[in-house]
Amino acid sequence: MTDAPDRSAAALRDAIGRGEVTVRAAARDALGRAASARAGADGLNILLYQDTDLGDRCRSVQDAVDAKRAGPLAGVPVVIKDNIATTTLPTSCGSRILEGYVSPYRATAVARLEQAGAVVVAKSNMDEFAMGSSTEHSAFGPARNPIAPDRVPGGSSGGSAAAVAAGIVRIALGSETGGSVRQPAAFCGVVGVKPTYGRVSRYGLVAFASSLDHIGVFGRVVDDAALGLQTISGLDPLDSTSAAEPVSELTTAVRGSMTGVVVGRPREYFPDDLDPRIRDRCDRALDALRSLGAEIRDVSLPHTSLAIPVYYIIAPAEASSNLARFDGVRYGLRIEGDGLRGMYEATRSGGFGPEVTRRILLGTYVLSAGYYDAYYRKAQQVRALIARDFARVFDSGVHLLFTPTTPTPAFELGAKSDPYDMYLSDIFTCTANLAGVPALSLPIGRVDGLPIGGQIIAAHFDERQMFAAAYALERSLGAEAHQ
Amino acid sequence: MSVSLDDVRHVATLARLGLTDDRANALVAELNTILGHMDVLSKVDTSGIEPVAGIGAAGTPLRPDTGPAAALARGIGEFAPRTTDGFFLVPRLSTHEDPEEA
Repeated sequence: MTDAPDRSAAALRDAIGRGEVTVRAAARDALGRAASARAGADGLNILLYQDTDLGDRCRSVQDAVDAKRAGPLAGVPVVIKDNIATTTLPTSCGSRILEGYVSPYRATAVARLEQAGAVVVAKSNMDEFAMGSSTEHSAFGPARNPIAPDRVPGGSSGGSAAAVAAGIVRIALGSETGGSVRQPAAFCGVVGVKPTYGRVSRYGLVAFASSLDHIGVFGRVVDDAALGLQTISGLDPLDSTSAAEPVSELTTAVRGSMTGVVVGRPREYFPDDLDPRIRDRCDRALDALRSLGAEIRDVSLPHTSLAIPVYYIIAPAEASSNLARFDGVRYGLRIEGDGLRGMYEATRSGGFGPEVTRRILLGTYVLSAGYYDAYYRKAQQVRALIARDFARVFDSGVHLLFTPTTPTPAFELGAKSDPYDMYLSDIFTCTANLAGVPALSLPIGRVDGLPIGGQIIAAHFDERQMFAAAYALERSLGAEAHQ
Repeated sequence: MSVSLDDVRHVATLARLGLTDDRANALVAELNTILGHMDVLSKVDTSGIEPVAGIGAAGTPLRPDTGPAAALARGIGEFAPRTTDGFFLVPRLSTHEDPEEA
Protein backbone atom coordinates (compact mmCIF):
# COMPACT_ATOMS: atom_id res chain seq x y z
CA MET A 1 0.00 0.00 0.00
CA THR A 2 1.26 3.50 -0.73
CA ASP A 3 1.22 6.57 1.40
CA ALA A 4 -1.51 9.22 1.55
CA PRO A 5 0.15 12.63 1.10
CA ASP A 6 -2.18 14.56 3.38
CA ARG A 7 -1.56 12.72 6.63
CA SER A 8 0.78 14.06 9.30
CA ALA A 9 4.20 12.60 10.05
CA ALA A 10 2.86 11.04 13.25
CA ALA A 11 -0.07 9.52 11.34
CA LEU A 12 2.29 8.09 8.72
CA ARG A 13 4.53 6.67 11.44
CA ASP A 14 1.51 5.05 13.08
CA ALA A 15 0.30 3.63 9.74
CA ILE A 16 3.76 2.15 9.19
CA GLY A 17 3.69 0.75 12.72
CA ARG A 18 0.36 -0.96 12.02
CA GLY A 19 1.71 -2.44 8.81
CA GLU A 20 -0.63 -0.44 6.55
CA VAL A 21 2.29 1.23 4.74
CA THR A 22 5.80 -0.13 4.36
CA VAL A 23 8.89 1.99 4.94
CA ARG A 24 9.92 1.40 1.33
CA ALA A 25 6.52 2.49 -0.01
CA ALA A 26 6.66 5.73 1.98
CA ALA A 27 10.16 6.51 0.63
CA ARG A 28 9.12 5.60 -2.93
CA ASP A 29 6.11 7.87 -2.69
CA ALA A 30 8.29 10.76 -1.56
CA LEU A 31 10.69 10.22 -4.46
CA GLY A 32 7.75 9.88 -6.85
CA ARG A 33 6.33 13.22 -5.77
CA ALA A 34 9.83 14.70 -6.08
CA ALA A 35 9.93 13.47 -9.68
CA SER A 36 6.57 15.12 -10.38
CA ALA A 37 7.83 18.42 -8.95
CA ARG A 38 10.90 18.14 -11.18
CA ALA A 39 9.07 17.31 -14.39
CA GLY A 40 8.46 19.66 -17.30
CA ALA A 41 9.85 23.01 -18.33
CA ASP A 42 8.51 24.57 -15.15
CA GLY A 43 10.36 22.18 -12.86
CA LEU A 44 10.45 23.60 -9.38
CA ASN A 45 14.18 22.86 -8.82
CA ILE A 46 13.44 22.12 -5.17
CA LEU A 47 15.94 19.30 -4.61
CA LEU A 48 19.63 19.13 -5.48
CA TYR A 49 20.50 15.53 -4.55
CA GLN A 50 18.24 12.53 -4.09
CA ASP A 51 19.04 9.16 -2.58
CA THR A 52 17.62 6.61 -4.99
CA ASP A 53 19.41 3.72 -3.31
CA LEU A 54 17.47 3.56 -0.09
CA GLY A 55 17.07 -0.22 0.01
CA ASP A 56 19.39 -0.90 2.96
CA ARG A 57 18.15 2.05 4.96
CA CYS A 58 14.47 1.13 4.40
CA ARG A 59 15.16 -2.51 5.29
CA SER A 60 16.87 -1.62 8.56
CA VAL A 61 14.04 0.74 9.60
CA GLN A 62 11.44 -1.83 8.52
CA ASP A 63 13.21 -4.46 10.65
CA ALA A 64 12.99 -2.13 13.64
CA VAL A 65 9.29 -1.53 12.95
CA ASP A 66 8.61 -5.26 12.62
CA ALA A 67 10.49 -5.90 15.87
CA LYS A 68 8.35 -3.27 17.63
CA ARG A 69 11.38 -1.16 18.50
CA ALA A 70 10.72 1.68 16.09
CA GLY A 71 11.54 5.28 16.93
CA PRO A 72 9.19 8.28 16.91
CA LEU A 73 9.87 8.98 13.22
CA ALA A 74 10.09 5.38 12.02
CA GLY A 75 9.81 5.32 8.25
CA VAL A 76 9.04 9.02 7.86
CA PRO A 77 10.84 10.46 4.79
CA VAL A 78 12.65 13.74 5.41
CA VAL A 79 14.52 16.31 3.33
CA ILE A 80 17.65 18.08 4.59
CA LYS A 81 18.88 21.52 3.53
CA ASP A 82 22.09 21.34 1.51
CA ASN A 83 24.19 23.09 4.19
CA ILE A 84 23.59 20.38 6.84
CA ALA A 85 26.12 17.56 6.72
CA THR A 86 25.07 14.10 5.55
CA THR A 87 27.41 11.23 4.75
CA THR A 88 25.23 9.58 2.09
CA LEU A 89 24.49 12.65 -0.05
CA PRO A 90 26.59 15.70 -0.99
CA THR A 91 26.62 18.88 1.13
CA SER A 92 27.35 21.69 -1.31
CA CYS A 93 25.63 24.70 0.35
CA GLY A 94 24.17 25.60 -3.04
CA SER A 95 27.68 26.63 -4.11
CA ARG A 96 30.11 25.75 -6.88
CA ILE A 97 32.92 25.87 -4.35
CA LEU A 98 31.53 22.75 -2.62
CA GLU A 99 29.93 21.08 -5.63
CA GLY A 100 29.97 17.33 -5.13
CA TYR A 101 31.52 17.50 -1.64
CA VAL A 102 30.39 14.59 0.55
CA SER A 103 30.97 15.24 4.24
CA PRO A 104 33.01 12.73 6.25
CA TYR A 105 30.72 13.25 9.24
CA ARG A 106 27.02 13.67 9.93
CA ALA A 107 25.30 16.64 11.57
CA THR A 108 23.93 15.88 15.03
CA ALA A 109 20.44 16.94 13.91
CA VAL A 110 20.57 14.45 11.03
CA ALA A 111 21.93 11.72 13.31
CA ARG A 112 19.06 12.30 15.75
CA LEU A 113 16.45 12.17 12.98
CA GLU A 114 17.95 8.91 11.71
CA GLN A 115 18.17 7.43 15.21
CA ALA A 116 14.43 8.18 15.48
CA GLY A 117 13.84 6.18 12.28
CA ALA A 118 13.56 8.95 9.69
CA VAL A 119 14.67 8.19 6.14
CA VAL A 120 16.68 10.99 4.48
CA VAL A 121 15.55 11.05 0.85
CA ALA A 122 17.09 14.26 -0.50
CA LYS A 123 19.06 17.46 0.01
CA SER A 124 17.25 20.68 -0.86
CA ASN A 125 18.11 23.75 -2.91
CA MET A 126 19.09 26.93 -1.08
CA ASP A 127 20.63 30.35 -1.51
CA GLU A 128 24.39 29.92 -1.71
CA PHE A 129 25.78 29.56 1.82
CA ALA A 130 22.32 30.57 3.09
CA MET A 131 22.82 34.15 1.92
CA GLY A 132 19.53 35.24 0.44
CA SER A 133 15.80 35.43 0.95
CA SER A 134 14.49 33.89 -2.27
CA THR A 135 16.59 30.81 -3.24
CA GLU A 136 17.47 32.71 -6.40
CA HIS A 137 21.12 32.87 -5.30
CA SER A 138 21.72 29.13 -5.67
CA ALA A 139 24.59 28.18 -7.96
CA PHE A 140 22.30 25.42 -9.23
CA GLY A 141 19.49 27.70 -10.38
CA PRO A 142 16.54 29.23 -8.57
CA ALA A 143 13.85 27.17 -6.88
CA ARG A 144 10.20 27.98 -7.48
CA ASN A 145 7.21 28.18 -5.17
CA PRO A 146 4.89 25.15 -5.55
CA ILE A 147 1.86 27.33 -4.73
CA ALA A 148 2.68 29.83 -7.51
CA PRO A 149 5.60 28.76 -9.74
CA ASP A 150 6.20 32.30 -11.03
CA ARG A 151 7.04 33.26 -7.44
CA VAL A 152 10.03 32.56 -5.22
CA PRO A 153 9.68 30.06 -2.36
CA GLY A 154 11.54 32.43 -0.05
CA GLY A 155 14.94 31.69 1.33
CA SER A 156 17.44 30.77 2.11
CA SER A 157 15.82 27.42 2.98
CA GLY A 158 13.44 27.72 0.03
CA GLY A 159 14.00 24.16 -1.20
CA SER A 160 13.07 22.61 2.15
CA ALA A 161 9.95 24.79 2.49
CA ALA A 162 8.91 23.96 -1.06
CA ALA A 163 9.54 20.23 -0.53
CA VAL A 164 7.02 20.28 2.32
CA ALA A 165 4.55 22.51 0.44
CA ALA A 166 4.73 20.24 -2.62
CA GLY A 167 3.88 17.23 -0.45
CA ILE A 168 7.19 15.48 -1.07
CA VAL A 169 7.79 15.13 2.68
CA ARG A 170 6.05 16.18 5.90
CA ILE A 171 9.23 17.20 7.72
CA ALA A 172 12.32 18.98 6.40
CA LEU A 173 15.31 20.58 8.06
CA GLY A 174 16.32 24.12 7.23
CA SER A 175 18.62 26.65 8.80
CA GLU A 176 18.31 30.29 9.54
CA THR A 177 20.48 33.23 10.40
CA GLY A 178 17.90 35.99 9.93
CA GLY A 179 14.62 34.24 9.12
CA SER A 180 15.57 31.67 6.50
CA VAL A 181 13.13 29.08 7.87
CA ARG A 182 10.19 31.27 8.89
CA GLN A 183 10.16 33.49 5.78
CA PRO A 184 10.03 30.59 3.26
CA ALA A 185 7.52 28.80 5.50
CA ALA A 186 5.28 31.87 5.23
CA PHE A 187 5.78 32.14 1.45
CA CYS A 188 5.00 28.45 0.89
CA GLY A 189 2.09 28.07 3.32
CA VAL A 190 3.74 25.62 5.71
CA VAL A 191 4.90 25.70 9.33
CA GLY A 192 8.49 26.72 10.10
CA VAL A 193 10.16 26.95 13.49
CA LYS A 194 13.44 28.38 14.74
CA PRO A 195 14.24 27.24 18.28
CA THR A 196 16.07 29.12 21.02
CA TYR A 197 19.76 29.59 20.23
CA GLY A 198 21.48 26.58 21.78
CA ARG A 199 18.38 24.34 21.78
CA VAL A 200 19.53 22.42 18.69
CA SER A 201 23.15 21.52 18.05
CA ARG A 202 24.83 23.33 15.16
CA TYR A 203 27.37 20.53 14.76
CA GLY A 204 27.41 19.73 11.05
CA LEU A 205 25.64 22.94 10.01
CA VAL A 206 28.08 24.69 7.69
CA ALA A 207 28.81 27.95 9.52
CA PHE A 208 27.58 31.24 8.06
CA ALA A 209 27.29 33.56 11.09
CA SER A 210 27.91 31.47 14.18
CA SER A 211 26.20 33.73 16.73
CA LEU A 212 23.04 33.87 14.60
CA ASP A 213 22.90 30.42 12.96
CA HIS A 214 20.14 28.00 13.99
CA ILE A 215 18.87 24.71 12.57
CA GLY A 216 15.09 24.83 12.17
CA VAL A 217 12.26 22.54 11.10
CA PHE A 218 9.50 22.71 8.49
CA GLY A 219 6.25 20.78 8.79
CA ARG A 220 3.02 20.54 6.84
CA VAL A 221 1.18 21.04 10.13
CA VAL A 222 2.19 22.25 13.59
CA ASP A 223 2.46 18.68 14.88
CA ASP A 224 5.05 17.80 12.21
CA ALA A 225 7.25 20.73 13.23
CA ALA A 226 6.83 19.85 16.93
CA LEU A 227 7.75 16.21 16.33
CA GLY A 228 10.77 17.15 14.24
CA LEU A 229 12.02 19.80 16.65
CA GLN A 230 11.71 17.73 19.80
CA THR A 231 13.59 14.91 18.06
CA ILE A 232 16.64 17.04 17.21
CA SER A 233 16.73 19.17 20.39
CA GLY A 234 19.05 18.81 23.34
CA LEU A 235 22.58 19.17 24.63
CA ASP A 236 25.34 18.00 22.30
CA PRO A 237 28.95 17.80 23.45
CA LEU A 238 30.00 18.38 19.84
CA ASP A 239 28.58 21.94 19.91
CA SER A 240 29.97 23.95 22.81
CA THR A 241 27.14 26.51 22.44
CA SER A 242 24.38 23.94 22.77
CA ALA A 243 22.39 24.32 25.97
CA ALA A 244 21.85 21.88 28.83
CA GLU A 245 18.20 22.95 29.24
CA PRO A 246 15.78 20.01 29.55
CA VAL A 247 14.04 19.22 26.24
CA SER A 248 10.32 19.96 26.29
CA GLU A 249 7.72 17.51 25.02
CA LEU A 250 6.26 19.66 22.27
CA THR A 251 3.74 17.25 20.76
CA THR A 252 1.84 17.12 24.03
CA ALA A 253 1.69 20.91 24.46
CA VAL A 254 -1.78 22.01 25.59
CA ARG A 255 -3.98 22.66 22.59
CA GLY A 256 -7.24 24.50 22.95
CA SER A 257 -7.73 27.01 25.74
CA MET A 258 -5.43 30.04 25.90
CA THR A 259 -6.92 31.30 29.15
CA GLY A 260 -4.37 33.17 31.21
CA VAL A 261 -1.95 33.59 28.31
CA VAL A 262 -0.91 37.17 27.51
CA VAL A 263 -0.08 37.73 23.83
CA GLY A 264 1.77 40.92 22.96
CA ARG A 265 1.09 42.78 19.70
CA PRO A 266 4.29 44.77 19.08
CA ARG A 267 3.31 48.00 17.34
CA GLU A 268 6.60 48.18 15.39
CA TYR A 269 5.59 45.03 13.46
CA PHE A 270 2.34 46.66 12.32
CA PRO A 271 3.59 49.88 10.67
CA ASP A 272 1.16 52.22 8.93
CA ASP A 273 2.40 51.11 5.50
CA LEU A 274 1.89 47.38 6.20
CA ASP A 275 -0.13 45.71 3.43
CA PRO A 276 -3.72 46.07 4.76
CA ARG A 277 -4.55 42.54 3.64
CA ILE A 278 -1.73 41.15 5.77
CA ARG A 279 -2.81 43.34 8.68
CA ASP A 280 -6.36 41.99 8.29
CA ARG A 281 -5.17 38.37 8.37
CA CYS A 282 -3.11 39.07 11.49
CA ASP A 283 -6.06 40.78 13.17
CA ARG A 284 -8.20 37.75 12.47
CA ALA A 285 -5.57 35.48 14.00
CA LEU A 286 -5.36 37.74 17.06
CA ASP A 287 -9.17 37.64 17.32
CA ALA A 288 -8.98 33.84 17.23
CA LEU A 289 -6.42 33.85 20.06
CA ARG A 290 -8.64 36.24 22.03
CA SER A 291 -11.67 34.04 21.54
CA LEU A 292 -9.63 31.13 22.91
CA GLY A 293 -9.12 33.08 26.11
CA ALA A 294 -5.84 34.91 25.49
CA GLU A 295 -5.38 38.51 26.57
CA ILE A 296 -4.04 40.62 23.70
CA ARG A 297 -1.82 43.49 24.86
CA ASP A 298 -0.22 46.27 22.79
CA VAL A 299 3.53 46.32 23.44
CA SER A 300 6.60 48.05 22.03
CA LEU A 301 10.00 46.73 20.92
CA PRO A 302 11.46 50.18 20.21
CA HIS A 303 14.72 49.14 18.52
CA THR A 304 13.06 46.93 15.88
CA SER A 305 13.78 49.31 12.98
CA LEU A 306 17.51 48.97 13.65
CA ALA A 307 17.52 45.19 13.28
CA ILE A 308 18.27 45.07 9.54
CA PRO A 309 21.31 47.41 9.72
CA VAL A 310 22.59 45.48 12.77
CA TYR A 311 22.00 42.13 11.13
CA TYR A 312 23.67 43.10 7.86
CA ILE A 313 26.80 44.19 9.70
CA ILE A 314 27.13 41.28 12.14
CA ALA A 315 26.16 38.46 9.75
CA PRO A 316 28.58 39.45 6.93
CA ALA A 317 31.33 40.11 9.50
CA GLU A 318 31.01 36.60 10.92
CA ALA A 319 30.62 35.17 7.40
CA SER A 320 33.84 36.80 6.21
CA SER A 321 35.64 34.88 8.95
CA ASN A 322 33.75 31.58 8.63
CA LEU A 323 34.06 31.40 4.85
CA ALA A 324 37.82 31.91 4.96
CA ARG A 325 38.06 28.11 5.26
CA PHE A 326 36.97 27.66 1.64
CA ASP A 327 40.37 28.14 0.08
CA GLY A 328 40.92 25.20 -2.26
CA VAL A 329 43.00 23.26 0.24
CA ARG A 330 40.69 21.06 2.29
CA TYR A 331 37.42 20.60 0.43
CA GLY A 332 35.67 21.09 -2.84
CA LEU A 333 36.87 23.24 -5.69
CA ARG A 334 40.49 24.15 -6.39
CA ILE A 335 41.49 26.45 -9.27
CA GLU A 336 45.24 26.69 -9.69
CA GLY A 337 46.80 30.14 -9.84
CA ASP A 338 50.14 31.83 -9.40
CA GLY A 339 51.46 30.20 -6.22
CA LEU A 340 49.50 29.68 -3.03
CA ARG A 341 47.96 33.13 -2.94
CA GLY A 342 47.00 32.94 -6.60
CA MET A 343 45.32 29.59 -5.94
CA TYR A 344 43.35 31.06 -3.02
CA GLU A 345 42.13 34.00 -5.10
CA ALA A 346 41.33 31.97 -8.20
CA THR A 347 39.46 29.32 -6.19
CA ARG A 348 37.41 31.75 -4.13
CA SER A 349 36.62 34.08 -7.03
CA GLY A 350 35.62 31.17 -9.25
CA GLY A 351 33.75 29.30 -6.53
CA PHE A 352 31.68 31.98 -4.80
CA GLY A 353 28.71 33.65 -6.47
CA PRO A 354 28.01 37.43 -6.49
CA GLU A 355 25.96 37.65 -3.27
CA VAL A 356 28.49 35.64 -1.24
CA THR A 357 31.33 37.76 -2.65
CA ARG A 358 29.43 40.94 -1.76
CA ARG A 359 28.84 39.82 1.81
CA ILE A 360 32.42 38.65 2.36
CA LEU A 361 33.68 42.05 1.20
CA LEU A 362 31.10 43.90 3.30
CA GLY A 363 32.06 41.82 6.34
CA THR A 364 35.76 42.30 5.76
CA TYR A 365 35.21 46.05 5.41
CA VAL A 366 33.25 46.48 8.66
CA LEU A 367 35.91 44.50 10.53
CA SER A 368 38.86 46.35 9.01
CA ALA A 369 41.05 48.90 10.76
CA GLY A 370 39.33 52.27 11.07
CA TYR A 371 35.79 50.94 10.60
CA TYR A 372 35.51 48.27 13.31
CA ASP A 373 34.23 50.59 16.05
CA ALA A 374 31.89 52.57 13.79
CA TYR A 375 30.23 49.52 12.31
CA TYR A 376 30.91 46.18 14.00
CA ARG A 377 31.22 47.26 17.63
CA LYS A 378 28.29 49.66 17.23
CA ALA A 379 26.15 46.89 15.76
CA GLN A 380 27.02 44.60 18.68
CA GLN A 381 25.91 47.32 21.10
CA VAL A 382 22.61 47.89 19.31
CA ARG A 383 22.13 44.13 19.23
CA ALA A 384 22.23 44.27 23.03
CA LEU A 385 19.45 46.88 22.95
CA ILE A 386 17.32 44.70 20.66
CA ALA A 387 17.77 41.70 22.97
CA ARG A 388 16.90 43.93 25.92
CA ASP A 389 13.61 44.95 24.21
CA PHE A 390 12.51 41.31 24.17
CA ALA A 391 13.64 40.66 27.75
CA ARG A 392 11.75 43.72 29.01
CA VAL A 393 8.49 42.69 27.30
CA PHE A 394 8.68 39.08 28.50
CA ASP A 395 9.57 40.25 32.03
CA SER A 396 6.46 42.45 32.05
CA GLY A 397 4.12 39.46 32.09
CA VAL A 398 3.74 38.95 28.33
CA HIS A 399 4.08 35.23 27.47
CA LEU A 400 4.14 35.38 23.67
CA LEU A 401 4.30 37.87 20.82
CA PHE A 402 2.28 37.70 17.61
CA THR A 403 3.35 39.44 14.39
CA PRO A 404 3.21 39.01 10.63
CA THR A 405 6.12 36.82 9.48
CA THR A 406 6.83 38.89 6.37
CA PRO A 407 5.75 42.32 5.08
CA THR A 408 4.63 40.87 1.74
CA PRO A 409 3.54 37.55 0.22
CA ALA A 410 5.96 35.66 -2.06
CA PHE A 411 7.31 37.94 -4.77
CA GLU A 412 7.99 37.12 -8.43
CA LEU A 413 11.31 35.68 -9.50
CA GLY A 414 13.67 38.51 -10.41
CA ALA A 415 11.54 41.16 -8.70
CA LYS A 416 14.21 42.27 -6.24
CA SER A 417 17.42 43.30 -7.99
CA ASP A 418 18.57 45.77 -5.30
CA PRO A 419 20.39 43.76 -2.57
CA TYR A 420 19.10 45.97 0.25
CA ASP A 421 15.53 45.62 -1.00
CA MET A 422 15.99 41.85 -0.70
CA TYR A 423 17.46 42.24 2.80
CA LEU A 424 14.24 43.98 3.92
CA SER A 425 12.39 40.66 3.44
CA ASP A 426 13.83 39.69 6.84
CA ILE A 427 12.55 42.77 8.65
CA PHE A 428 10.11 40.90 10.94
CA THR A 429 12.23 37.78 11.43
CA CYS A 430 15.86 38.75 12.04
CA THR A 431 15.13 40.26 15.46
CA ALA A 432 14.52 36.77 16.90
CA ASN A 433 17.94 35.64 15.64
CA LEU A 434 19.63 38.70 17.11
CA ALA A 435 17.96 38.05 20.49
CA GLY A 436 18.17 34.24 20.29
CA VAL A 437 14.49 33.76 21.17
CA PRO A 438 12.39 30.97 19.62
CA ALA A 439 9.90 31.86 16.89
CA LEU A 440 7.46 29.98 14.65
CA SER A 441 5.57 30.84 11.49
CA LEU A 442 2.28 29.19 10.60
CA PRO A 443 -0.21 29.79 7.78
CA ILE A 444 -2.97 32.27 8.68
CA GLY A 445 -4.67 32.77 5.30
CA ARG A 446 -4.02 33.81 1.72
CA VAL A 447 -3.92 37.05 -0.24
CA ASP A 448 -4.58 36.74 -3.98
CA GLY A 449 -4.02 33.00 -3.58
CA LEU A 450 -0.61 33.49 -1.94
CA PRO A 451 0.05 32.21 1.59
CA ILE A 452 0.51 34.59 4.53
CA GLY A 453 2.37 33.60 7.68
CA GLY A 454 1.72 34.62 11.27
CA GLN A 455 4.68 34.61 13.65
CA ILE A 456 4.60 33.53 17.30
CA ILE A 457 7.67 34.51 19.36
CA ALA A 458 8.38 33.20 22.87
CA ALA A 459 10.91 33.80 25.62
CA HIS A 460 14.15 31.80 25.67
CA PHE A 461 13.54 28.04 25.97
CA ASP A 462 9.74 28.45 26.11
CA GLU A 463 9.09 26.50 22.91
CA ARG A 464 6.33 24.54 24.66
CA GLN A 465 4.21 27.66 25.27
CA MET A 466 4.86 28.73 21.67
CA PHE A 467 3.70 25.38 20.31
CA ALA A 468 0.64 25.34 22.59
CA ALA A 469 -0.46 28.62 20.97
CA ALA A 470 0.40 27.36 17.49
CA TYR A 471 -1.64 24.18 17.96
CA ALA A 472 -4.58 26.23 19.30
CA LEU A 473 -4.43 28.79 16.49
CA GLU A 474 -4.10 26.13 13.80
CA ARG A 475 -7.16 24.33 15.14
CA SER A 476 -9.15 27.54 15.51
CA LEU A 477 -8.40 28.86 12.02
CA GLY A 478 -8.98 25.47 10.38
CA ALA A 479 -9.38 25.68 6.61
CA GLU A 480 -9.30 29.50 6.75
CA ALA A 481 -5.51 29.28 7.22
CA HIS A 482 -5.20 28.15 3.61
CA GLN A 483 -7.89 30.34 2.02
CA MET B 1 32.01 57.37 5.35
CA SER B 2 32.12 56.22 1.78
CA VAL B 3 33.84 53.27 0.16
CA SER B 4 36.40 53.97 -2.55
CA LEU B 5 37.76 51.73 -5.28
CA ASP B 6 40.98 51.44 -3.26
CA ASP B 7 38.95 50.28 -0.26
CA VAL B 8 37.29 47.58 -2.34
CA ARG B 9 40.66 46.46 -3.72
CA HIS B 10 42.12 46.44 -0.20
CA VAL B 11 39.37 44.33 1.40
CA ALA B 12 39.36 42.01 -1.61
CA THR B 13 43.06 41.40 -0.98
CA LEU B 14 42.39 40.77 2.71
CA ALA B 15 39.59 38.35 1.78
CA ARG B 16 41.66 36.61 -0.91
CA LEU B 17 39.14 37.42 -3.63
CA GLY B 18 40.22 38.32 -7.14
CA LEU B 19 37.99 40.95 -8.80
CA THR B 20 37.78 42.17 -12.36
CA ASP B 21 37.80 45.95 -12.86
CA ASP B 22 34.12 45.94 -13.79
CA ARG B 23 33.16 43.94 -10.73
CA ALA B 24 35.29 46.09 -8.42
CA ASN B 25 33.66 49.27 -9.73
CA ALA B 26 30.19 47.79 -9.35
CA LEU B 27 31.01 46.78 -5.78
CA VAL B 28 31.98 50.35 -4.88
CA ALA B 29 28.43 51.45 -5.68
CA GLU B 30 26.80 48.40 -4.07
CA LEU B 31 28.73 48.67 -0.80
CA ASN B 32 28.12 52.41 -0.57
CA THR B 33 24.38 51.88 -1.02
CA ILE B 34 24.27 49.13 1.60
CA LEU B 35 26.46 50.98 4.10
CA GLY B 36 24.37 54.12 3.60
CA HIS B 37 21.51 52.26 5.25
CA MET B 38 23.77 51.42 8.20
CA ASP B 39 24.49 55.06 9.03
CA VAL B 40 21.32 55.18 11.12
CA LEU B 41 23.22 53.25 13.80
CA SER B 42 25.59 56.17 14.39
CA LYS B 43 22.66 58.16 15.78
CA VAL B 44 21.81 55.57 18.46
CA ASP B 45 23.01 56.35 21.98
CA THR B 46 24.92 53.27 23.07
CA SER B 47 26.94 54.83 25.86
CA GLY B 48 27.41 52.31 28.64
CA ILE B 49 26.09 49.41 26.53
CA GLU B 50 28.37 46.38 26.42
CA PRO B 51 28.67 44.89 22.91
CA VAL B 52 27.09 41.45 22.51
CA ALA B 53 29.17 38.82 20.72
CA GLY B 54 26.79 35.91 21.34
CA ILE B 55 23.41 35.27 22.91
CA GLY B 56 23.55 31.61 23.88
CA ALA B 57 22.89 30.45 27.44
CA ALA B 58 26.06 28.37 27.24
CA GLY B 59 28.26 31.29 26.24
CA THR B 60 31.04 30.47 23.82
CA PRO B 61 33.27 27.99 25.66
CA LEU B 62 36.12 26.22 23.90
CA ARG B 63 36.23 22.45 23.76
CA PRO B 64 39.47 20.69 24.77
CA ASP B 65 41.98 20.73 21.92
CA THR B 66 42.26 16.97 21.76
CA GLY B 67 41.88 16.06 18.11
CA PRO B 68 38.85 15.57 15.86
CA ALA B 69 35.49 16.08 17.56
CA ALA B 70 34.15 12.85 16.09
CA ALA B 71 35.38 9.98 13.96
CA LEU B 72 35.33 10.64 10.21
CA ALA B 73 33.50 8.29 7.86
CA ARG B 74 36.14 8.66 5.14
CA GLY B 75 39.70 9.87 4.77
CA ILE B 76 40.79 13.25 3.46
CA GLY B 77 41.78 11.73 0.13
CA GLU B 78 38.09 11.35 -0.65
CA PHE B 79 37.12 14.99 -0.27
CA ALA B 80 40.24 17.18 -0.46
CA PRO B 81 41.25 18.55 -3.88
CA ARG B 82 44.85 17.26 -3.59
CA THR B 83 46.58 15.16 -0.95
CA THR B 84 49.82 13.28 -0.52
CA ASP B 85 50.62 10.65 2.11
CA GLY B 86 47.52 11.62 4.10
CA PHE B 87 48.35 15.35 4.09
CA PHE B 88 46.67 18.23 2.26
CA LEU B 89 48.84 19.34 -0.65
CA VAL B 90 49.18 23.09 -1.30
CA PRO B 91 51.17 25.01 -3.92
CA ARG B 92 54.74 25.73 -2.91
CA LEU B 93 55.20 28.98 -0.99
CA SER B 94 57.54 31.39 -2.72
CA THR B 95 59.57 31.64 0.49
CA HIS B 96 60.25 27.90 0.48
CA GLU B 97 63.33 26.59 -1.26
CA ASP B 98 62.79 23.95 -3.93
CA PRO B 99 65.07 21.04 -2.93
CA GLU B 100 65.50 19.98 -6.57
CA GLU B 101 66.87 23.42 -7.48
CA ALA B 102 69.05 23.75 -4.39
